Amino acid sequence: MLVAGKACLILALAVCLYGIGASLYGARTGRREWVASGRRAVYALAGTTVVAFVILEAAFLRSDFGFQLVLGHSSTTTPAFYRATAIWSSQEGSLLLWLLLLSLWSSLILFATRRRLREVAPYAAAVLLGFGAFFTALLVFLESPFDQTPGVVPAEGVGLNPLLRHPSMMIHPPMLYSGYTLFAVPFAFAVGALIARRLDAEWIRSTRPFTLTAWFFLGVGIVLGARWSYSELGWGGYWAWDPVENASLMPWLTGTAFLHSVMIQEKRGMLKVWNVSLVLATGVLAILGTFLVRSGILESIHAFGASTLGIPFLVLIAAMVGGSIALVASRAAALRSDHRLDSLLSREAVFLLNNLVLVGLCVVIFWGTFFPLISEAITGREASVGPPWFDRFIVPLALMLVLLSGIGPLIAWRRATVANARRNFALPLGVAALACVGLAVAGAASEPPALIMFTLAAFVLAGMGQELWRGTRARRVMSGEPVPLAVVALIRRNRRRYGGYLVHSGIAVLFVGIAASSSFADERDVRLSPGQSVTVGGYDLTYVRPTAELRPASNGRLERIDFGADLRVARDGRSLGTLVTEKSYFPSSGPMLGPVSRYFEGEATSEVGLRAGWQRDLWTAVSPDIGELRPIVEEGDKVFSDSAASLPAEQRGALLAEALRGLTARYADDPPPATFRVLVSPMVTWIWIGALIVFAGALIALWPSPRALARRAAAGYAARVGRETRVRVPA
Amino acid sequence: MDPARKRTVRLIVALSAAVLLAGALVYTSFTASSETRTPSQLASAAKPGQVYELTGKVEPGYRRDGTVTHFRVRDRAGNVSVPVSYEGTIPDPFRAGREVIVDVRKEGAVFVGEKDSLVTKCPSKFTAEQKS
Amino acid sequence: MVDLLVVLAVLALVVLLVTGPLRRGERGDEDDAERAQLEAARDAKYREIRDAELDHRTGKLSEADWRAQDRALRAEAVELLRRLDALSS
Repeated sequence: MLVAGKACLILALAVCLYGIGASLYGARTGRREWVASGRRAVYALAGTTVVAFVILEAAFLRSDFGFQLVLGHSSTTTPAFYRATAIWSSQEGSLLLWLLLLSLWSSLILFATRRRLREVAPYAAAVLLGFGAFFTALLVFLESPFDQTPGVVPAEGVGLNPLLRHPSMMIHPPMLYSGYTLFAVPFAFAVGALIARRLDAEWIRSTRPFTLTAWFFLGVGIVLGARWSYSELGWGGYWAWDPVENASLMPWLTGTAFLHSVMIQEKRGMLKVWNVSLVLATGVLAILGTFLVRSGILESIHAFGASTLGIPFLVLIAAMVGGSIALVASRAAALRSDHRLDSLLSREAVFLLNNLVLVGLCVVIFWGTFFPLISEAITGREASVGPPWFDRFIVPLALMLVLLSGIGPLIAWRRATVANARRNFALPLGVAALACVGLAVAGAASEPPALIMFTLAAFVLAGMGQELWRGTRARRVMSGEPVPLAVVALIRRNRRRYGGYLVHSGIAVLFVGIAASSSFADERDVRLSPGQSVTVGGYDLTYVRPTAELRPASNGRLERIDFGADLRVARDGRSLGTLVTEKSYFPSSGPMLGPVSRYFEGEATSEVGLRAGWQRDLWTAVSPDIGELRPIVEEGDKVFSDSAASLPAEQRGALLAEALRGLTARYADDPPPATFRVLVSPMVTWIWIGALIVFAGALIALWPSPRALARRAAAGYAARVGRETRVRVPA
Repeated sequence: MDPARKRTVRLIVALSAAVLLAGALVYTSFTASSETRTPSQLASAAKPGQVYELTGKVEPGYRRDGTVTHFRVRDRAGNVSVPVSYEGTIPDPFRAGREVIVDVRKEGAVFVGEKDSLVTKCPSKFTAEQKS
Repeated sequence: MVDLLVVLAVLALVVLLVTGPLRRGERGDEDDAERAQLEAARDAKYREIRDAELDHRTGKLSEADWRAQDRALRAEAVELLRRLDALSS
């Protein structure tokens, strides 16, 4: 099926090129049928990409090692779930996934707008197909997923990197790519609106669901990455300001700014240049993010290897940036505002400030991420900045952001009066003041930024609560419903507003978790022998006994060796149970390694011992001292190679198993001291809870109200009746 | 103040804030950054006490001494290597042949690693060819 | 052999799909697009009216300010409805 897959991709490329031509021709000449054909080219792109993707998936699932990609990233011992998701652990497969998602969302938006945005949609289709052509060309000419394995096809594949064998890690790329590709939709429609000079709010309204969905998926991808880092990697942190992390955060920040500032354009016809620039920047940053992860231009924990994709991506980004600037500059007249900012005490002003803060955050992160390249260009020497530099700027900006997110909902559009302000801000400010005093007394005053963040979060949550209460009360005046029903009905009828309020609440909770866990954490790296204890953050941990185990794979062969520790946890004298942590050693397949030592030259992953709680997390990871075992391991190699050479295969296997069992027994009986990292972080759980609240709010805001759906269906019928009874006018 | 004047004032304030932020960014990044160096660059010219960001490959034959790990970092494509002493936990992917990034400071003949600055690059997912 | 069949099938479907409008000589209705656009604008205007009322009832908008905004928004909505009705006549 390799040929079929390759042919589908070539066909996809042809379809893209055709679609661009048809859409542009149809738009220029006003000939509907060419526009429709161009739109169908997008559907055809989706179709052919789905076929190619299914072919590749099927090859992975049945472990067809004739596909070079399957050989390099999967094996017969890989569980089915990871075999299915291994497709995007590779460069080629991830590009195909990107193309698939792009084509699906593009088909969706063009289908939804097929009767609207007559002047804009064809250009948007051309832009989306342009992206499609780019990625298809990469897949056809540079990084083909359908290469044949040369020579004899081996019986077993290389397998999936053990570090990736975690559900979060496999869902993370599709989430991120969904976010990136969904942001291409408003980008394309902004370009279309600019080209067609149709710069009213229509294109914004039509693409808003896609923008919000993009924001949602990208956010989920970012949080999943942070959670994976915290609970799977052996360092205990959730964010390192690494370039690949920053690459996904930047478009999310500008996307957030855009979601807010479009409301100003819809209400008052202001900020058109700003909006269009923001959405164009978001599209560029999304492509930049996709590019950074596979380019190798920056030092990062993501090793990139020799990639041939740097130049094509740079060309694409340059074209996007240049084209955007040219378009905005040439349409400046049509982008003039209908109104002006009346008062600083208005929701417009707060949204504008919020935008400036979000863009400011993005600028800081951009500068810090690309600083190695910037400094090299300016001073000739490559230099980089670390997390402390980022924190210096991010913390004050984040505080401002939370403050504004609390003020915005409490202020009216256009102009708020002082009397109104007094009425609306009294309660939230009071609650915040109480919180501040209470927390300061409780000890939070030792970290002023954290205390300020807690106070601001209290302000936001009190404000949101007040809004919900007042809205419910207003509704009950008219409907007389009991409180729970009134709340539900209120939210259902005002999804965007209350979904947004819920998002703000979630952000406040999230930042409380971040502030608490970064300011009040207690961390120790310590070397313990069995029986020894350490006290961290109020917890007493005792290294009770070592664990050593050989773990088989699904086909009975040895998959890995686990060395770990059982720890007893106590607090204030009270026992809290045990915590288990281990390190798994996977064998390397390098040809020059001895049969025993290869287990300690391959990948190692940590099983973190995590005791999560509402107030604080106890986190620990162990690093067994393999160095001490090295003489034994080398002896095992020697003994094995001396005596095993003369033995038949199964006996060799049995002898190896004996040797390894002896090794693990030796570790369990007489373990060298192991190094433990112990971390007690307050309120980490609230980061995840805050994120869940944010996503729940986004879903509420996204959900179409049943009334709107019914109206759309009715409108469809009415239109059909009108169409079918009307006399056709000759063209 | 008439509206036009108000708008001009606001614009000036906003622009000034932006300029201030930009200035702070530029200034702090150039003063607070650590230079990226390869082992050969460090071996030839390293000021004692200055923090550098060292990038390179881990050479085989590293050893643990309590909580301190002694290893050598080699040029990605070359033979010059420098000795590094790093205190604390070593990241999971760390092994011979892997690429690392670590902030170091020259102390005598050895480069001492800064706490928590050792990053081992995940083995490349996106290599051109995956050889077994 | 299977490869060839799959490719031919996909190719045929794609060509059929993409040339459909060209073969039919589709001419969409301008009015349809205009109607859908107006209806979307009308729905957005209704939401604005409801939002303003909620803002007033939760104390963000004073009585006077709300009445003024409400009047303006309702006038804009009426204009949209008028244009919609003009379309269907």
